[in-house]
Amino acid sequence: MITLTVNGVPRSFDGDPTMPLLWYLRDELALTGTKYGCGVAQCGACTVHLGGEPARACQLPMSALESAEIVTIEGLHPEGEHPLQLAWREIDVPQCGFCQPGQIMQAAGLLKHTPKPGDQDIDTAMNGHICRCGTYPRIRAAIKAAAGERA
Amino acid sequence: MNTNDFLPWARRAAARRAAAKAPATGAGPLSELPRRAFLKLAGLGGLVIAVGPGGSRRVEAAEGASAWEPHVYVGVASDGTVTITCHRSEMGQGIRTTMPMIIADEMEADWSRCRVEQAVGDKKYGSQNTDGSTSIRDFLPAYREAGATVRALMEDAAAKQWGVSASEVFARQHEVVHRASGRTLGFGALVASARSLPMPPPARLRIKEPAERRWQGKRMPSIDLVPVTTGTAVFGADVRLPGMKVAVIARPPVWGATIVSVDESAALKVPGVERIVRIPPAALPGAYLPLGGVAVIARNTWAALRGRDALKINWDAGANGAHESGAYRASLETSIRSPGAPGRSSGDAAKALAAAGKTVVAEYHVPYLSHAQMEPLTALARFAEGRLEAWAPTQSPYDARATIAEYLGLDEAKVTVHVTLLGGGFGRKSKPDYICEAAFLSKEIGAPVRVQWSREDDLRNSYYHSVSAHHLEAALGEGGKVGAWLHRSAYPSISATFAKDALPTPDELSNGASDVPWDVPDMSIEVCPAPAHTRIGWYRSVNAIHHGFAIGSFVDELAHTAGMDPADFLLQLIGPDRSVDLYKNGLVGASETYYGAPWAEHPLETARVRGVVESVRRRSGWGAPLPRGRGRGIAVHRSFLAYVAVVAEVEVLADGTVLLPRATVAVDTGFVVNPDRATSQMEGAMVMAMSNTLHSAITFADGRVQQSNYGDYEVARMRAAPHAVDVEIIQSEGKSGGIGEPGVPPAGAAIANAIFAATGVRVRELPVGKQLAGWQNRAT
Repeated sequence: MITLTVNGVPRSFDGDPTMPLLWYLRDELALTGTKYGCGVAQCGACTVHLGGEPARACQLPMSALESAEIVTIEGLHPEGEHPLQLAWREIDVPQCGFCQPGQIMQAAGLLKHTPKPGDQDIDTAMNGHICRCGTYPRIRAAIKAAAGERA
Repeated sequence: MNTNDFLPWARRAAARRAAAKAPATGAGPLSELPRRAFLKLAGLGGLVIAVGPGGSRRVEAAEGASAWEPHVYVGVASDGTVTITCHRSEMGQGIRTTMPMIIADEMEADWSRCRVEQAVGDKKYGSQNTDGSTSIRDFLPAYREAGATVRALMEDAAAKQWGVSASEVFARQHEVVHRASGRTLGFGALVASARSLPMPPPARLRIKEPAERRWQGKRMPSIDLVPVTTGTAVFGADVRLPGMKVAVIARPPVWGATIVSVDESAALKVPGVERIVRIPPAALPGAYLPLGGVAVIARNTWAALRGRDALKINWDAGANGAHESGAYRASLETSIRSPGAPGRSSGDAAKALAAAGKTVVAEYHVPYLSHAQMEPLTALARFAEGRLEAWAPTQSPYDARATIAEYLGLDEAKVTVHVTLLGGGFGRKSKPDYICEAAFLSKEIGAPVRVQWSREDDLRNSYYHSVSAHHLEAALGEGGKVGAWLHRSAYPSISATFAKDALPTPDELSNGASDVPWDVPDMSIEVCPAPAHTRIGWYRSVNAIHHGFAIGSFVDELAHTAGMDPADFLLQLIGPDRSVDLYKNGLVGASETYYGAPWAEHPLETARVRGVVESVRRRSGWGAPLPRGRGRGIAVHRSFLAYVAVVAEVEVLADGTVLLPRATVAVDTGFVVNPDRATSQMEGAMVMAMSNTLHSAITFADGRVQQSNYGDYEVARMRAAPHAVDVEIIQSEGKSGGIGEPGVPPAGAAIANAIFAATGVRVRELPVGKQLAGWQNRAT
C-alpha cells in the first residue's frame, strides 16, 4: 500500500506498483488535466509538481511515491487564478490547449526559483515541452507577464 | 469513381452540390442530442432558429421529418440565455469562439449570456469536416444570417408589443429599444411573442454594415480559456463512463501486413489485462477503416499498454514490406525527369527552355511527415441495445458516424458521435479509423471501451503527408526576366488511400503548384506518377507544403543566379496587377472548383500577391545588413484561397542549429472575423513550418516506419522558436479565404532562403537536420 497526497488530499494505492503516476492520476483519480503526450518524458504534457518541483508524471512509478506530495494543474491554485493562469488567459496563449497544463506547471516551477526570468531562463526551463500548435512566442510573453505581476 | 472525389476540396464541392439540391424549406430530422436539448428548450418556451443553405426557420417542438438540412442553430431561452451550436470541431483554430461571436454580433446578443454547445455528427449540418481551412469561408454568410434572423424576430416582437412599426425599434445588447421613447424589452421577455411571429422574409434581414459590428473583425478572447488553463477542459481521453475498459492495439507494422500467429499468454498474465480481441484488417487501401490488429482490453491504460507490449505476433509483411525511403526517393527522382501530365500549360515551355540562352535547374525533396499532434489518437465507444455512442476528438464527426454505421452494419440513426476538444488535429483526426476501433471493440465485449494510441502507435500508423520530389527549370533572360517555367511534381496521392493504386492527377496541382501567380509566358506544370506504399492523408496545408517549399526556394535560386535582390526579383516575377480566372487561362484537367469554390469566385489577383510581399518587405527590415550566420529569406504563396508572404530571419549557430528569432508575415484572406486567432494561426504556422523544414521526417525501412517518438521525430521547441512574429492582416470586405493552413507553405521556403542568406548553403532536401554542420568552414 502506497500512501501519498494529491492536491492536499491523502490517497492510498495498492495496484500495480510499476504504474506511472500519470495513469494513476488520470485513470484512478479522474484528474485528467495531466496529459499523456509521449510516455517517455520528451513532451512535458504530463508535468506535475512533486514536492513542489516540476516532474514528468509518466516517469514516476507509484512504487517511488510513498509519502510524496503531488500537485496537479487542478491544484495549482484554489480558484484557478495563479498569476500564470491569469497571464495565459490575458495573452490568449492556448490554441488547442492540450499541452498547456504541463506548460503552466513547468513555468510555475521556473518562477518559484527565478521570479524574473529572462529569455534564456525561459528557453532552458521550457525546452522540454512541445506545443505542436506553436504557441511558444505567447508562452514566453505570458511567463514574462506573470513575472511582472508578481513584482 | 473519380479518385479525386476524396481530395478535401473536391469533397467540399460535393457537399456544396448536395446542399444546393436540398429543398429550401421544411423541417429536417434532428439528431438526438442537440435535438433533445433544443426541443426541450423549445418545449420550455424558448425560441430556436435553424439556419441552413435554404434560409432560416424556426424549430418547432413537434417537428417532423423532411429533407431540409440546417447546419447551425441558435436558441434563446425565456431567461434570455442564448445557446449557439458549434458544428465545427475545435482544434486550436478558435472556431468555438469565432463562429458564435459572428452570430451574437449580428443578433445583438450580450456575449456574456451566450453559451456554446458542440454539435454531434449529423448530415443536416452540411459539411462538419473541419479541414481545408473552410469554417469561416464556407459559413460566414450563414452565421450572419442566423444572427440577423433572431434580431429581426426580437425587433418584430417588441414592435408588436408596443404597437409601433418595426422601423421604430432596434436591438441593442440583449434588448430591443424603442427609439422615440427609450422603452426597452429584454430578449428573454420577448421570446414567447417572437415564437408566434412569422419568420422574417429574406428582404427583412439586415446584415450589419461594417461600422455597426461590435466584435467581427476585432479581438475576442477564446471561450475555453478557463477550462484549458485549469485542466478541466475535456479532450478525447478525458471522457469516462461507468464500467469503461481501456484498449491498446498492436497494429500491422507494414501497410497491409497480416497476422501469421499470436502468442497471447504473456499479455494475459499482466495484472489488469482482461481479454485479447482480434480486429480484422480492412482490405487495402482501407480508406477510413481500422488497420486491424490485436487489442488488449484492460482495466486501466497502464495495464493495456503493458499487455500490448507483452504480445508476441508474427506478421506477414505483404506487398509493402519492401518499401524503403532511399530507394523510393530514387524512383521519385526518375519519375520527375520525364514529362508528366500537365495541370497547367501555356505557350511552349519545352521549346522556350531549349531555345533559352540561360536556364536554371534544381530538384527538391520533401519527406513523409506525420501530424504528431500533442493528443495521441483516442476514442471512447459504448455499444448497447443496438446503438453505438462514441466520444472522440474528431475533425469530422459526420464521416465518423457514417463510417461506424457502415463498419458495424448499423443504421446511421443508431450511431451518435460526440465531439470533444481536439488536442491538435492537423488533418489526422479527419479520418475515423481510431473511432471505428473503439466501436468495434465495445460491440465485441459488451462494455464501454476507450481505445488509447501510444505516441509510437500514432507516429507509426498515421495517414502520412506525401513524400515528394520536384524538378524545376526556368529560362532566365535579361534583367532577371523569367521566360519559361517548368515544374514537375511527383508524390503518392491521397486518392490512393481510397482507391487502389490511384496516382496523383493534374487537378491536384492546384493545391499550390499550377496556380502560381507568375508573369511567365511559357509554362508547363506537370504531375508525375508515384505509387503509394503506405496510407497517405491530409496534413495541415497538404500538397502546398512541398509545392510551396520547392517553388519558393527555386524563385530565390533564380534571384541569386540573376544577381538580384530576392524581393525585387519576386515582385518582377509577379508582374503587373491582373485578375486571372485560371480555369479559363491555362489549367489542364482541372476540376470545376478550386478548394471547393467556383474558380470564378476566386480569380488569381496578383495585386494581392504583390501587396503581401510589399508588406513583409517594408516591415521586416529587409535589406538592412546582418552578420554572417544571420539572414533573411522571403517567399510568397497562395493556398486555401489566401495570399501569404513571409520574411523569416534566421540565426544559424556554429553547430548548424537554426533559430528563428523573427518572422514577418502578411496575410490577405478577405474578411477576417477574429484577428487575434488569425494571428495565432500565423504564429503557429511559423513554428510548424520550422518543424517541417528543419526537423521532421518519417522514413521507411522494410515497409516499417523508422521513427517512434519525439526523440527521433523531432519538432520545433521553445529555444529555436520566434521571439517576434509580426503579423499584418490585410483586412478587407472581400470573400473570406482560409486561415489555418496557408501560413505554412511560404514559411518553409522563407526559412530555407534565410538559411542560404545566412550561410551560403542551399537546402534542396528536407529536413535541414544536420545538413548545416560545419557550414562556417565551407566555401560560399
